[in-house]
Amino acid sequence: MPERPAAVYYFGTCLADLFFPEAGMAGIRLLRAQGVEVIYPRGQSCCGQPAYSAGRTEEARRVATAQLGLFPRDLPIVVPSGSCAGMMRAHYHALFAGTQDAAAADRVAARVIELTQFLVDVIGLKPRDLGPPITVAWHGSCHAMRLMGVGDQPKLLLRELANVTLVEVARERECCGFGGVFSVRQPEISSAMATDKADAVVATGAEALISGDCGCLLNIGGVLAKRGERVRPMHIAEFLWERTRGDG
Amino acid sequence: MPDARSAILTRLRAGAPATVTPPDEDFAPVAGIGMGGEERLARLRRAMEAVHTEFLDARGADWVPAIHAWMVAQSLPSLILAPRTEPGRRIAERWPGLGAGPRLIPYDRPLAEWKAALFAENGAGLTATLGGIAATGSLILIPSADEPRTLSLVPPVHIALLEVARIYDTMWQAMREQEWSRAMPTNLLLISGPSKTADIEQTLAYGVHGPKRLLVVLV
Amino acid sequence: MATAEFRVSARKALADPELRANFRRAMDGLMSRRADLFARAGDWAGLRALGAAARLRALARLPELLERLEAKLVERGVRVHWAETVEQGNAIVGDILRRRGARLVVKGKSMVSEEMHLNHFLEGEGIEVLEADLGEYIIQLDHETPSHIIMPAIHKNRRQIAKLFFERIKGARYSEEVDELTALARAVLREKFERADAGISGVNFAVAETGTLVLVENEGNGRLCTTVPPVHIALMGIEKVIERLDQVPALLALLTRSATGQPITGYVNMITGPRRAGEKDGPDEMHLVILDNGRTRVYADAELRDVLRCIRCGACMNHCPVYTRVGGHAYPGTYPGPIGKILMPQMLGLEKVGDLPHASALCEACTEICPVAIPIGDILVRLRREGTRADSRAVQGAGARRSAFESLVWSAWAAIYATPVLYRPMVWTLTRLGGLLPRGLPGLRDWMRVRARPRFARRSLHELARRAGLPDA
Ligand code: SF4
Repeated sequence: MPERPAAVYYFGTCLADLFFPEAGMAGIRLLRAQGVEVIYPRGQSCCGQPAYSAGRTEEARRVATAQLGLFPRDLPIVVPSGSCAGMMRAHYHALFAGTQDAAAADRVAARVIELTQFLVDVIGLKPRDLGPPITVAWHGSCHAMRLMGVGDQPKLLLRELANVTLVEVARERECCGFGGVFSVRQPEISSAMATDKADAVVATGAEALISGDCGCLLNIGGVLAKRGERVRPMHIAEFLWERTRGDG
Repeated sequence: MPDARSAILTRLRAGAPATVTPPDEDFAPVAGIGMGGEERLARLRRAMEAVHTEFLDARGADWVPAIHAWMVAQSLPSLILAPRTEPGRRIAERWPGLGAGPRLIPYDRPLAEWKAALFAENGAGLTATLGGIAATGSLILIPSADEPRTLSLVPPVHIALLEVARIYDTMWQAMREQEWSRAMPTNLLLISGPSKTADIEQTLAYGVHGPKRLLVVLV
Repeated sequence: MATAEFRVSARKALADPELRANFRRAMDGLMSRRADLFARAGDWAGLRALGAAARLRALARLPELLERLEAKLVERGVRVHWAETVEQGNAIVGDILRRRGARLVVKGKSMVSEEMHLNHFLEGEGIEVLEADLGEYIIQLDHETPSHIIMPAIHKNRRQIAKLFFERIKGARYSEEVDELTALARAVLREKFERADAGISGVNFAVAETGTLVLVENEGNGRLCTTVPPVHIALMGIEKVIERLDQVPALLALLTRSATGQPITGYVNMITGPRRAGEKDGPDEMHLVILDNGRTRVYADAELRDVLRCIRCGACMNHCPVYTRVGGHAYPGTYPGPIGKILMPQMLGLEKVGDLPHASALCEACTEICPVAIPIGDILVRLRREGTRADSRAVQGAGARRSAFESLVWSAWAAIYATPVLYRPMVWTLTRLGGLLPRGLPGLRDWMRVRARPRFARRSLHELARRAGLPDA
């Protein structure tokens, strides 16, 4: 296990900023409860992924460039989203290759770590459950798994919680169909994927759907809400905080 | 069309990477796994039986009567063989002494001269093998002037002799030890079971175009 | 060739529950078989590295290897032909057959022949072509194209096939039994194999070192096509060549495991030349047609070149959540699924199928599964980028999808998100007034067909973080 740093940078992501600020705050609280100082650069906005994946490289670079200077100290950059973390970690190199910011981008990319990876791999968090019994399902985001290499860290955290029963969603590694602009460009396919995912989640009988990515929560949660399902979508940071209230 | 040739090659050369640093190759994943003899046979058998290959263990016994008895039991009408190969000669010599049984048909002329008759034949074809491959459960065949390709292809049943001592761990090991690349024959085959298809609803069906049954005789 | 917007054809496919069920069942089966096999027999990472290395080495020296392959083949009596376009390819095949007076041709599975629309061409020449692979035979009976590169008839269930056989095969009795259907096809095709004047096949790997064509299959139709008729014509794209025979085992293992979850196919048929003097069977005349059809242009770009690593295993389709839902016929051109999305825009041009690279959630399931590690997601993004660039000639039709409106939206987005004094007020406004956005906004309207309206938080994370007194640096 790498050495636990005294402080970290926190990159909250644009989706959390607008739609899930409580999830973003929960991540911060979890870190502070572990004695880690959290630095929140006020200049942050977005990793640039929406433009990058639309093929708008220049626009993506412009936004990403604005983030590069926010993390001057050699500290981990913790991101409560596998997708945004993946963008920075896996794509910044290519995005900035050949530009004057190439070296700075590589330095940032190398320090990016997804929140559950940090909690498990660096802190060794063993959350102590204070909540009532509940059954939950987990949805891992594609980019967390395939760009950031997040493996069973989130499930390890959930399994630590004594009163939480974790159930598996059928075809759990299949994409929920969000894909940023994909949901706008191919709304029918995106909707079909989101609907199938929501069906699979409902079929588990879980009371809450936990995920580490706001995009997936917005998407699957949107279907669940429209249909009036009882399953509550929740970011893993918020769920962990609610269950432990800092008593991890 | 020489123009197309030079146009394609010229374009490729123009686009070819300037500095070539081909990645190294570590063959460990396909190299021999250091199996013992019995383990090799067991692996080969398991893999081949999983796809409906049948086995007849004639080790330590005479394999000619064993095949004769098997064919009689299966009521197969005929056995096509390669008369100038060692196994072909042996069968031709011993068969008459074994009593009533399948008719022997020597594959002794070019295919074109008896194509219709060969396709109409409803028995078995017998070939030797150059060994087997344990990891994938495969037989190595090198058809030749004496042992034509269609012998293991057209008759509904293919009977193949396999010397247990010639089973290799992997294909990679087999091709290196047998030095395939030094002189490739016109046809080299790996056969890992009878003909099969899963083109209808992923449901396996056997004997779609090639042999419906494959019998491996261990010698 | 269908070049309608993918969205339109996809919508049609999504509305067909039988089609969707057929694909879902098939893809689930293929995925689980592959996973089981790699779990049991598995140095996946090592094997994949080896396979990718073999393909990369081949591409690094492609022109030289093609020349070596040709020399070896010629040495072994094979006639080698080169075709820049599908028209040239068809003409070459047509000439060979005409010279031999061929009337009946049997054909093994070949995606290159689909690229060429060879059947159509030969029928126009008065030559009967029979697809011999069972799946290909099924779709030929129904005048369709393959919906999957490995399992061409995967879009049909057994009832549909039973009905098709009953209606189209003379004397067939109705049966939904797979064994009976298979036996029926065997009977029809056996007679054709016997009478065929020529056989056509694809190529899985062409080994430059020895001049060997490697063909894999389970049915035996490929062996029959390349053995029984007096003429054998093999077709391949320029990228099929590899350096050495000892690279075959790894590539073969990756191909069959990834494609159908088999440790090996029933037959691996390695052909090095036509029949030699004294041999009793095998074709007396053998040809190889090497087709470009846009591949040299793909090769010219260092990043796009990776597409040519592909060994046509189909695993990216099997694992694609989009393909699984719409099936292969929703895609324009020959190759569907993720490989199609990165190859067809380069073959057909972005002006025709520039929407294809966008028909992906970039979930990277394909990249993860690809046995030769093609960075499919990155190439999708690259092609999206090419679609909006007027200054690039890397891909035909670059810039064709540039829309002034979208460019404006993205510039505005970038200006705001790159400038904190603009970004923070925007967030502040959206959190207060975002609920007033008209529900008729194009993206929002589509979003809300199956989802509730997304609700902006009342206070942004920026505000909460500041209130919590977090340090800024
Ligand atoms: S892109 Fe990769 S996964 Fe897809 S067919 Fe080609 S080799 Fe297979």
